[in-house]
Amino acid sequence: MFSALTEKLNSVLTQLRRRGALTERDLDEGLRQVRLVLLEADVHYKVVKKFIDDVKQKALGAQILESLTPGQQIVKIVRDELVQILGGTRADLHLTQWPAVILLVGLQGSGKTTMAGKLAKYLAEREQKRVLLAAADLQRPAAIEQLRQLGAKLGYPVYAQGRTPLEVAEGALQEARKSSFDVLVVDTAGRLHIDEELMSELQEMKQRLQPAETLLVVDAMTGQEAVTIAQTFDQRLKLTGIILTKLDGDARGGAALSMVTITGRPIKFVGVGEKLEDLEVFHPDRMAERILGMGDILSLIEEAEARVDAKKAEEFIKKIQRESFTLEDFREQIQQLRRMGPITKLLEKIPGMQKIEVDERALVRVEAIINSMTPEERRRPEILDAKRKRRIALGSGTHVSEVNKLLKRFDEAKKMMKQLKGKRFPQIPFGR
Amino acid sequence: MSWLQRLKDGLKKTKEQLVGQLAQVLQPGRRLDDALLAQLEEILITADVGVEATTEIVQALKARAAARGVQDSSAVMELLKEILKERLRPAEGALHLRSDGQPTVFLILGVNGSGKTTTIAKLAQHLKDDFGKRKIIFAAGDTFRAAAVEQLGIWAERVGAQLVHHKTGSDPSAVAFEAVERALREGADALFIDTAGRLHTKHNLMEELKKINRVVEKRLGRAMDERLLILDGTTGQNAISQAKLFHEAVSVTGIVVTKLDGTAKGGSILQIASALKLPIKLIGVGERADDLREFKADEFVEALL
Repeated sequence: MFSALTEKLNSVLTQLRRRGALTERDLDEGLRQVRLVLLEADVHYKVVKKFIDDVKQKALGAQILESLTPGQQIVKIVRDELVQILGGTRADLHLTQWPAVILLVGLQGSGKTTMAGKLAKYLAEREQKRVLLAAADLQRPAAIEQLRQLGAKLGYPVYAQGRTPLEVAEGALQEARKSSFDVLVVDTAGRLHIDEELMSELQEMKQRLQPAETLLVVDAMTGQEAVTIAQTFDQRLKLTGIILTKLDGDARGGAALSMVTITGRPIKFVGVGEKLEDLEVFHPDRMAERILGMGDILSLIEEAEARVDAKKAEEFIKKIQRESFTLEDFREQIQQLRRMGPITKLLEKIPGMQKIEVDERALVRVEAIINSMTPEERRRPEILDAKRKRRIALGSGTHVSEVNKLLKRFDEAKKMMKQLKGKRFPQIPFGR
Repeated sequence: MSWLQRLKDGLKKTKEQLVGQLAQVLQPGRRLDDALLAQLEEILITADVGVEATTEIVQALKARAAARGVQDSSAVMELLKEILKERLRPAEGALHLRSDGQPTVFLILGVNGSGKTTTIAKLAQHLKDDFGKRKIIFAAGDTFRAAAVEQLGIWAERVGAQLVHHKTGSDPSAVAFEAVERALREGADALFIDTAGRLHTKHNLMEELKKINRVVEKRLGRAMDERLLILDGTTGQNAISQAKLFHEAVSVTGIVVTKLDGTAKGGSILQIASALKLPIKLIGVGERADDLREFKADEFVEALL
């Protein structure tokens, strides 16, 4: 995400950085490039204008043109300014009411229903809340069924009784009170911001529910209209925040910058995949650094802590030290890695790794090969003869050559570990 | 109400905004100078036309105004329309419907939430009402998203189409294959293969699309008649990346732009038309089935400006 923008800004700023002293004309040229990049990233025209003006003001005010490292200082100013636009500090959900109602609103196809499921999972698992979902989208065919299926998958109840969206929402609130749920997440039908009737309906729903959070769900790929959309929803509903979805593609997400600038409402979460756990808290500073190619290591470590079993990681280290590392441990490592999501997504967060392509399927094949072995074979791969290898290849849908390649790699890995033994192990972040 | 009238109504919000802006800029008596051009540039960029296409359009406008000695801003509007129409006309393209008794086969593609399922329903209704295609089959190829099958099923019932579906999580190619078999066996007029929404950057999912395409082509013994990419009209510059990557995967035959009944202007189609040379086959300007219609450059520009 944002990687294309990062790339372009980087090339512009590197050019600036290479030069010794900058003139005001150099600065203008650099900023002109930044302007183009931001416009191509779908940042709204007016927001871009303000951004460039602010950066120039600061650059001139800081008298960086006379300094020895003007380029670097511009990078810092651009970065700080991006953080500022993206909302300064991170904004959490305010769920102080009981039950706390979260109202999800937005255009058709922005991803509200999926987000309802993701939020429910997040609140239940990370904040130990009892969550009730309300299916108040009576417009789109099977929208209720979709939320029901998501709820069933997660094991949370879904309230869907009522002939109108208002009835559903109010019934759900009563149910939440009666059965003492902590949070009620209300999914609503997608609507155009200019649809008078449906916008009034939302206003009334908001009036009756008095939600703790009214969140606008917006597609990260939205163009210049993001501003009008966010503005209109905000005027009608007094939003408490924005959720950006589909950020796992190549959208440069300029809409995010625009909406926050224009409405002043913070972005609270971002959707980064199709699975229900693909939800991240939005961090303006990290995002800005990511835009500038500084990577997002912090998110990566947090994710690792949430998904990797610390005990298993420790055992693994001990095994390496005892040299009792087997193919079973190898498979366990692959599974742990895969639990953290697609490898490409992990690499995106590491500076300089954004462009590396990884064949995800190679890992799947390795896992399949190990799965096709007997426990005995996994512990003592030396017993593998031609016959056994053929069976394994057949069982895993691979070739004997691939089985051989895996065994060779495993051998090499073991040798490497032997050499490492005795040396101090680098602190790995999972172990805490 | 005529089709043109409905198009105009659909694009009304878009137009009101744009015309308001243009009227401000193009006041009678005002000279065509750099400040005016800069303002036109702003308007085009905020219509999602993109920096590159905008620059080209403004350059063309400037050159043409100079060549024809246009000084007054009131003539600028006509010039602008002229240029936009010229750029969009090559992108017109009618749907390819078969008349040899074989089923017309549509593959419907797009990112999540672009409006694939709704487009299938509208298009099927359109084929029924206006082309006398009676026997229509929907293949529920979105086997990933929760209740996607049910959603298409409800539309099938409303439109009067048959539904071929497997359970969630199954191989979409298998669904498509069975649907093709059935369409051939039962002599269907049209077959719509729905697919799960996918971001164009996901390698594995794009491979899955290629597989669906291969499997269907093999069984049909020919290419599918239409592989339509559904683009959300509110999408910005990412639309170009979507068009490019979907086209690389399954060689898209046309674009359908949805949700143009809001305030979004869908300006990205200007770049898709000129850079990718992909035809814009249909645009959606409202909720009703007949709000999805053939794309006509002149009408589109007239309705817009």
